[in-house]
Amino acid sequence: MRAGTSKSHNMKNPWRPGRWLIILPPLIFLFVFFLIPFAFAFKISFAEAAPRVPPFTDVISWTADHHLQLRVTLGNYRYLLTDQVYGVAYLYSLRTAFFSTLICLLLGYPMAYAIARAPKSTQNLLLLVLMLPFWTSFLLRVYALEGIIRDNGFLNTMLLRLGLIHQPFHIMHTGVAVYIGIIYSYLPFMVLPLFATLEKLDPTLLEAASDLGSTPRRAFLDVTLPLSIPGVIAGAMLVFIPAVGEFVIPSLLGGPNNLMIGRVLWDEFFGNHDWPVASAVAIAFLLLLAGPIAIYQYYNVRQIEA
Amino acid sequence: MLFAGISILYLPILVLIGYSFNASPLVNVWGGFSTAWYGELMHNRQLLQAALLSLEVAIAASTGALILGTLAAIALVRFTRFRGRLLLTGMVNAPLVMPEIITGITQLLLFVSMLQLFAWPHRGFTTIVLSHVTFCSAYVTITVQSRLQAADRALEEAAMDLGASPLRAFMEITLPIIAPALISSWLLSFTLSLDDLVISSFVAGPGASTLPMVIYSKVKLGVSPDINALASIIVCAVGACVVTAGYLMVRGDRRRAADIRLAGS
Repeated sequence: MRAGTSKSHNMKNPWRPGRWLIILPPLIFLFVFFLIPFAFAFKISFAEAAPRVPPFTDVISWTADHHLQLRVTLGNYRYLLTDQVYGVAYLYSLRTAFFSTLICLLLGYPMAYAIARAPKSTQNLLLLVLMLPFWTSFLLRVYALEGIIRDNGFLNTMLLRLGLIHQPFHIMHTGVAVYIGIIYSYLPFMVLPLFATLEKLDPTLLEAASDLGSTPRRAFLDVTLPLSIPGVIAGAMLVFIPAVGEFVIPSLLGGPNNLMIGRVLWDEFFGNHDWPVASAVAIAFLLLLAGPIAIYQYYNVRQIEA
Repeated sequence: MLFAGISILYLPILVLIGYSFNASPLVNVWGGFSTAWYGELMHNRQLLQAALLSLEVAIAASTGALILGTLAAIALVRFTRFRGRLLLTGMVNAPLVMPEIITGITQLLLFVSMLQLFAWPHRGFTTIVLSHVTFCSAYVTITVQSRLQAADRALEEAAMDLGASPLRAFMEITLPIIAPALISSWLLSFTLSLDDLVISSFVAGPGASTLPMVIYSKVKLGVSPDINALASIIVCAVGACVVTAGYLMVRGDRRRAADIRLAGS
């Protein structure tokens, strides 16, 4: 069967004439609406805010005597470096995303492991139950979380009624609330890729390890864990990268001190209407994430092609 | 551990549904069972208008994303070598992790610049749909791609050996096999589009407000009981759709597997 398939690959591909009709529409669409926008953001990050529509100066323009004119200012980037808010927000976002990812990994690994070891019939049900919240509104789930962790919310009411505490925990509008929000929202993204790699793991390898006298603990550390590294990295990136840029969670659950970069960008844009500075924040932010995104792409492509 | 983890995922939603039936507008006081907040929703014009816009956007965007994403998946699975393959792979995967806030602002800048150059597109329905198609098609491609990879190429080749054109072989053999993935990725795109706040806020412009934008501006001011009711409706409706679709897909797969076994014996 396999040999037959690979042989026909060498034969002339019957799709050949029409294949650009299939390739080009998504390629062009994504190029125009996903990639080109970064070029515009890059360009506008060198403009100046101006009271007009759209609210920034032209970087490239034609003068009256048909000369191409380039007006570039580095002021926005200089502003990012001098105003402390940005540095603090970048660092705070990276730190929050890092620790959230770590906690997601610690919680998600045992969950993925348990699902992968469950009998096939329960497995599908467990995956459905795990993914169902992901299908329901992210915004509403974050909002629902407020009902739990508010000073007079579900958690504090229960603990007070049970007499376990005498003062309500103050969680809302603190960094803890942001952590809870991110972990709660992104946990499924950690579990799924982990499950995918753990499920593919050949159980005979573990049997071989135990036949050769290794304890289950050793077998886990020497066999399961190293083989699940691609899943760990994919899951970590799926949590870390969006978490760094998270806006809804710090905005709804966090306080004024929990200044994440997504919020700063939002305020710069909607509050100050300074589009060029907002563009510069976005570009600087993207450079910061280039490494993690490249790692994610590398592992993802390898996993899909495998 | 697993059950604790999963039940914690559901607790906030259950508590929210509970609150939505609270007669008292105060969150910490139980004023008895009431469906008043659900009735109030029906009279909120702003909310209804936003819901209608969101539904229209979601239908248009998920259909567009289904077409583009499926084409991209076919290209990536079937054509192992072509110019631009790496670029397409990158552009399909990047939106999955790209922070929405970056996608939102960069796309807005594109639309504004395009409007200056070509006098199109005006901000509103069109721009929201275009940007939703962009990120939804990435989810479609990933879902369809894995299904397409699992599909047995030999069946399609057999059809072509028997004289079917590649298009006909694809339509009659492969399309039914990947149909569950198409349905689930359309549904996923639909819910993602319906839910998007950040990207829509950037590209919508001053005239248009989608449902999440209205919800966000209300929620930002504090807890509002009618949003609890609305949230309960959305969560239950989406949950019911997904469970039904999942059930139908599993059943379809089982039937197909049975057919194949039967044909093989």
